[in-house]
Amino acid sequence: MKRSLPKIFLNGLLGIIALTSLIPVLWMVSASFMQTGEASSFPPPFFPSHPTFEHYRALTERLNMGRYFLNSFIIASAVTLVSLLFNSMAGFAFAKYKFPGRDKLFRVMLSGMVVPAQVTMLPLFLMLKTFGVVNTYVGAIIPGLASIFGIFLIRQFAGSIPDSLIEAARMDGASEFKVYRTVILPLCRPILYTLALFTFMGTWNDFMWPLIIMTDETNYTLPVGLANLMGEHVLDLELMMAGSVVTILPVLLLFLFFQRHYVRGLMLGGVKE
Amino acid sequence: MSTKFENKTTAAWFFLAPAMAALALFFVVPVLSALIMSFTDFDIYALGNLDVVRFMGFKNYSRIFETPLFWTALKNTMYFVIIGGPLSVAASLGTALMLNSKLAKFKSFFRTVYFLPVVTSLIAVAVVWRYLYHPAHGLLNYALSWFGVAPIDWLGNPDLAMPAIIIMAVWKNFGYNMLIFIAGLQNIPDDLYEAAHMDGASTWSQFKDITLPMLTPTTVFVVMITIIGYFQLFAEPYVMTQGGPLNATMSIVLLMYEQGFRWWNMGFAAAIAFVLFAVILIFSLIQMAIQRRMQ
Amino acid sequence: MRNIFKIFLLSGALLFLSCRHSAVEQTVIKFWGMGNEGEMVRQLIPEFERQNPGIKVELQQIPWTAAHEKLLTAFAGGSLPDVFQLGNTWIPEFTVLHSLEPLEPYVQRSSLISLPDYFEGVLKTNIIDSVLYGIPWYVDTRVVFYRRDLLQQAGYSSLPKTWDEILKACEAMQKKSRANGKTAYPFFLPTNEWVPAIALGMQSGGHFLKEDNTKGNFSGKEFKRAFTLLSRFYQKEYSPSGMQLITNMYDAFSDGLISMYITGPWNIGEFTRRISPAHQNDWMTAPLPSMDSTFPGISLPLGTSLVMYTKSTKKEAAWKFIEFLSSTKQSIEFYKITGNLPPRRSAWEDSVLATNRYIRAFYQQLQRVEPLPHVAEWEQIVIKLQLYVEYIATQTLSVDEALKRYDAEVDQMLEKRRWLAEHHVKQ
Repeated sequence: MKRSLPKIFLNGLLGIIALTSLIPVLWMVSASFMQTGEASSFPPPFFPSHPTFEHYRALTERLNMGRYFLNSFIIASAVTLVSLLFNSMAGFAFAKYKFPGRDKLFRVMLSGMVVPAQVTMLPLFLMLKTFGVVNTYVGAIIPGLASIFGIFLIRQFAGSIPDSLIEAARMDGASEFKVYRTVILPLCRPILYTLALFTFMGTWNDFMWPLIIMTDETNYTLPVGLANLMGEHVLDLELMMAGSVVTILPVLLLFLFFQRHYVRGLMLGGVKE
Repeated sequence: MSTKFENKTTAAWFFLAPAMAALALFFVVPVLSALIMSFTDFDIYALGNLDVVRFMGFKNYSRIFETPLFWTALKNTMYFVIIGGPLSVAASLGTALMLNSKLAKFKSFFRTVYFLPVVTSLIAVAVVWRYLYHPAHGLLNYALSWFGVAPIDWLGNPDLAMPAIIIMAVWKNFGYNMLIFIAGLQNIPDDLYEAAHMDGASTWSQFKDITLPMLTPTTVFVVMITIIGYFQLFAEPYVMTQGGPLNATMSIVLLMYEQGFRWWNMGFAAAIAFVLFAVILIFSLIQMAIQRRMQ
Repeated sequence: MRNIFKIFLLSGALLFLSCRHSAVEQTVIKFWGMGNEGEMVRQLIPEFERQNPGIKVELQQIPWTAAHEKLLTAFAGGSLPDVFQLGNTWIPEFTVLHSLEPLEPYVQRSSLISLPDYFEGVLKTNIIDSVLYGIPWYVDTRVVFYRRDLLQQAGYSSLPKTWDEILKACEAMQKKSRANGKTAYPFFLPTNEWVPAIALGMQSGGHFLKEDNTKGNFSGKEFKRAFTLLSRFYQKEYSPSGMQLITNMYDAFSDGLISMYITGPWNIGEFTRRISPAHQNDWMTAPLPSMDSTFPGISLPLGTSLVMYTKSTKKEAAWKFIEFLSSTKQSIEFYKITGNLPPRRSAWEDSVLATNRYIRAFYQQLQRVEPLPHVAEWEQIVIKLQLYVEYIATQTLSVDEALKRYDAEVDQMLEKRRWLAEHHVKQ
């Protein structure tokens, strides 16, 4: 019995931590089904007394959340796909080509990570205004086209691909792009999945840039729409909870479904110095 | 698509071009513009009539240091970084160690659950947490009341607001670094532990002499990205407290946002952004110097 | 991996499609409404479109918390709507941006709008340097909402008419509730509202800014008097000094936790909806007490106006919409939906308004409103004032120290304005 005591303690602790991670989210879901006003009663209830879908109905019928969902989906998907392409190409170049200035360029690029994103927002906004893409999907996508961190991850990963495979493909007459497509990309699959998931999540959850670039309500993404909701209906707690659930559900499901992949990606990609 | 290049350099630039172009145009250029703007007094009057923009030299920067609110914001941001940073890293490391232990059960379940808060949108969880922190109806005070603790005004008390935000930030983020630590831990070869065990080393000394040193690169990486991220504290106070109460949660980026986007003192706001950049840079250099010293 | 390129092409196509807008035969004008009004005005639009076939109104609703930022960002992005609702204290700011179309020429031609019909104090807020930039849409002056039963229990048959009397009433009410072992805050002055402080300042003589509105004068004797009075309420705990203590104002009012509150006409509807049925007969409105013997005390001519974007390409259609909403008939309709008060005297003669017992206080109050200084920085100035109200409420700073620091900050905010004035630059 003595030997299982540490085991019980450890797993008990893990369980408690799991509860703290889950409770806010579970309560959010629970409250979204409560009757209006029920969630702010005292003592705070854990479960709805008479579950109702009325808040979800209100979100789509009265408050246009379906449109925000579509906007979020389009923007997040576009950024994920394009940035995956751009980042993987650049990561491959840094990893597998020796060209003059390579290391210097890489280091300079990496130092850009220290610059807070908010620095760029004002001038970028003014620049995009002159391009005429304020309040468009294109404007929302532009900051996400390439990511320093993404390029860094792919370079790390691609660096471990044996040169012999690349040479072999070249000897078979493959063009550089074919090498990229048939050798590098398949072998990078774990990290690509990881990067794709994190890019999608980051873009979907992004709040500040869509807030700035989208002036028309019909172009709002979910987080912006939700913040709007908060400003207006500060007393309608159940409605806001429903809005929150809608905002987090897609990414949640995506991560649950693709768990295996991104965990593998992070493990294999790891952090090798 | 046939891309046979003349030499490797051309090939490399073909692959680099899209990302580098995007970064150059949409990152480097704005940063440089912001730098230039920080030397002017571009504001709402300038928006209406470009002729009234004045060149300020370094006056914006000196004004920042003469603004008490900036020092408050700096203090608050440092508070968040110095307390929240290590707390977050410790939580990530702790849970990673626990999940890596042979005694732990249901590992993938726990790992998934701990990662859950990471994928949620901050706005969405801010709604819940604002309510959890409610002095009268919140779940947190309700739970504390079972232990006989009187209601606490988390977000309304200037001394408690930042800790409240730190707790929420740690809750939200620890799962991310936890995964990175797990990866790092799993990269430590098992035979090292076996050899130590055969030599009679205790669990604690195994941890001290094998785990920690082998984990150092990972730890350095995690600490660095956490700290850089935490210096950019914005969304949490923006959503939860709007910088209050009594500016207790005003962060540097929030100050920059208010000056820039609310009042359109854009030259001044740009200067604030670069001061933040300098602060982060100094911190990063200090950390790298310490790391080099330790090696 | 080939599939990825297919998906890429597909999303590119989606993007392209989403960028195009279908061509419309009619004139479409964009209107931004804020807050509750933004949502409610939807009900008036069908009638407008019926009267004006060929014009469609695209309504967008924006919460007040984000309105200032969104308007300025839209201006910078060149995407302001044709017509928008603008808080009248923001009008000076937007004239600096040259974003508002002068409306005098349109008014001259109009048969529905007659400027003398408007309450003077309210109309004055729309005239900057003798140019009319907005048409008042509704007025939002502030009066006191109070629990008359609780006041009666303390020995007052109606709301006191001077602030000295109010303080005495608070003292009496506080004693009473403490005797019963309860906490009560007789007069609710939230620390995130600047209106009470400024209203009191007006009543003391105004003079918030000096030297042609280029420097702060909040340390001057007028505002000091007002701010000192305000601090009394917090010192004696007649008002709570923390923001989170009163989380639901309506519940607090129903419970008697608070008994008096300075707020605006939208709360007539809200009180009717949210105050508990048991106490629906216990609340009433009254004009602001005064610093001296003239009653009512001065209040502020807050409200919003309808303005037109200078760069709108559909000005005629936009004007028709403004004219429609500003007509006496629509003012009354809007009042029925929102409880917002019409800015035109003729609308007040309508029986719906004349018989509403809560409204009478507002009509009385509207006879005595004075406009605020016309500076572009006003919004920034009063938002900063909220911080200083918090400072004196929590007794972090003394009144003198608070006003000294506040003036320094206001001076900094007005620095550009000062510079422009000194260099005689025409804005």
